Amino acid sequence: MLKRLITSREALLVGAIVLLLALISSRFPGFITPPNLANVFNDTSPLILLAIGQMIVILTKCIDLSVAANLALTGMVVSMVNVAAPGLPIIVILVVAIGLGTLLGMINGVLVWKLAIPPIVVTLGTMTIFRGIIFVISDGKWVNSHEMSPAFKAFPRTELLGLPVLGWIAILAVIVFTIVMTRTTLGRAFYAAGGNPHAATYAGINVGKTQFWAFTISGALAGLTGYLWVSRFAVSYVDIAGGFELDVVAACVIGGVSIMGGVGTVAGALLGALFLGIIKNALPVVDISPFWQLAISGGAIIVAVALNAQANREKGRIILKRAEQAS
Amino acid sequence: MSTTERIIPDRLRSPLEQRLKSWETLLLLVAIGIFIANSLASPYFLNAWNLSDATFNFTEKAMIAFAMALLIISGEIDLSVASTIALASTAMGAAVQMGVGTPGLVMIGLGVGLLCGAFNGVLVTRLGLPSIVVTIGTMSLFRGISYIVLGDQAFRGYPASFSWFGQGYVWWVISFEFVLFAIIAVIYAVLLHRTNFGRAVYAIGNNATGAMFSGIRVQRVKFILFLLTGLMSGVAAICLTARLGSTRPSIATGWELEIVTMVVLGGVSILGGSGTIVGVVIAAFVMGLVTFGLGLLNVPGIVMSIVIGALLIGVIALPRLWSMWRAR
Repeated sequence: MLKRLITSREALLVGAIVLLLALISSRFPGFITPPNLANVFNDTSPLILLAIGQMIVILTKCIDLSVAANLALTGMVVSMVNVAAPGLPIIVILVVAIGLGTLLGMINGVLVWKLAIPPIVVTLGTMTIFRGIIFVISDGKWVNSHEMSPAFKAFPRTELLGLPVLGWIAILAVIVFTIVMTRTTLGRAFYAAGGNPHAATYAGINVGKTQFWAFTISGALAGLTGYLWVSRFAVSYVDIAGGFELDVVAACVIGGVSIMGGVGTVAGALLGALFLGIIKNALPVVDISPFWQLAISGGAIIVAVALNAQANREKGRIILKRAEQAS
Repeated sequence: MSTTERIIPDRLRSPLEQRLKSWETLLLLVAIGIFIANSLASPYFLNAWNLSDATFNFTEKAMIAFAMALLIISGEIDLSVASTIALASTAMGAAVQMGVGTPGLVMIGLGVGLLCGAFNGVLVTRLGLPSIVVTIGTMSLFRGISYIVLGDQAFRGYPASFSWFGQGYVWWVISFEFVLFAIIAVIYAVLLHRTNFGRAVYAIGNNATGAMFSGIRVQRVKFILFLLTGLMSGVAAICLTARLGSTRPSIATGWELEIVTMVVLGGVSILGGSGTIVGVVIAAFVMGLVTFGLGLLNVPGIVMSIVIGALLIGVIALPRLWSMWRAR
């Protein structure tokens, strides 16, 4: 039991993160002061939220490349709602954001579930469609800081116990989804549907429907993050979070989520996101050009997936996969 | 993933009927329809020079799409193609600053493309990693290297003889790029439909284990396909760089999606095992015509992406909806 805990994916990642922090702090002790760490966590929160949703989707053997576009579209809609009706309470904005995100996720889900279109094709398509719709509704214009109401901008930045609301929402999501994934029927169904779809079907799990729910959850989280993103950065335009879907997939892969489905934890997604977040925040501190970030996350994905494959090989999953292919 | 029942018919459809009901015929009708719609919608459409310009919308992407089609038929995918273009273009740009001439630039472009393809190929075939994750990784990695080299700068100063690859005309309105596109299309059509290698690609896509037991070197074939995709990205990088005359790290952003769309629109199954080069050629024309026609009508580029996205989903969804409706 102890050995399994030490050699687990999550433990390895915690080790890697501690090592990373130690390396950075050896030259820049200011980096690991609690206020700065809280700042790094807060900055990584959008990635954490999306990574949790993406992890659930990947668990069911799917992939959601439309999350960043969903985020951008929802962000644009809520900021336009805010400009049109500045007096609306934040709770309404939150409901609109989560509702719209959920709807967009459901579109992906229905196409995968009812028409059995490969998820990568569906989400590549909806990704470009969502971005295009942002352009159409906004006419290519930006919604700038001075157009948004103060309350709209203040919500994610309000500090509670030294951490902004944005960070608390991420923590809340981690707790909620840890419970959902380990303690509910739906959570276990996600693992079953991805781990072995045939067995899941015989066990009475509707694999397509489970995938639909995975996309719905991913969409809801993307919608929520959409509002938090535009209000935190106080700007909304067509290209916000461009290419962010790859960071999200990267966080999952680094966090030990198997792209083959069925393997992954909320904690893993959290740690994968934190790993990327720390690198992103540390680069300017250690005086490396931010242009390195893209290459570093690319390299991290490749190393992580190679390590994952190695770990899976030891467990003899290859045999299982063959059997699956043969059937 | 889903279990589909395969019903074996009592009688095969006649070859003529089969051809008439094929995806390619349908696509060709769509292409002709768009062509007619375009020429009705804009008086500037039916002009030899305008049509020639329109081919630049798809020739570079289509060159990669042919190799990608083979790769997807074999059950793999390469999302790093656009980033390979960026890296190859950056390498050529750096070489220009050192005074390398046109032949050297071409060698560098092709070489970097091959290297990127080999890198993907080794990771997928030697380490047995899923190609979608590997190439999402190398997609960031290759473009990331371009950003490290260039930052917010750009490489310029390509020699005039190099520009010919992107701006030159072979005869009247027939551009060099279009000729290259046609030649590459023929090469890939022969490779896929008339050689043992092509049959092996289909066999692997339909049943990799079965192909292995039939004596096909599955991993080697896949490795060659990654090499070819990298090489074609190098070719496209040369054409695109020559056409634009400059290199920025953001060059060809988002092309991987358009190329995959082109392949899927061309009737290649994203799950592997089926598809033709003719289909991809027609799909290239369809996408080029749609983009160009909307451009003539002053529709902004990003709105076209809605059309492209809808096409991608629509072409797969419609046949399935149709068969669901018929099954009732």
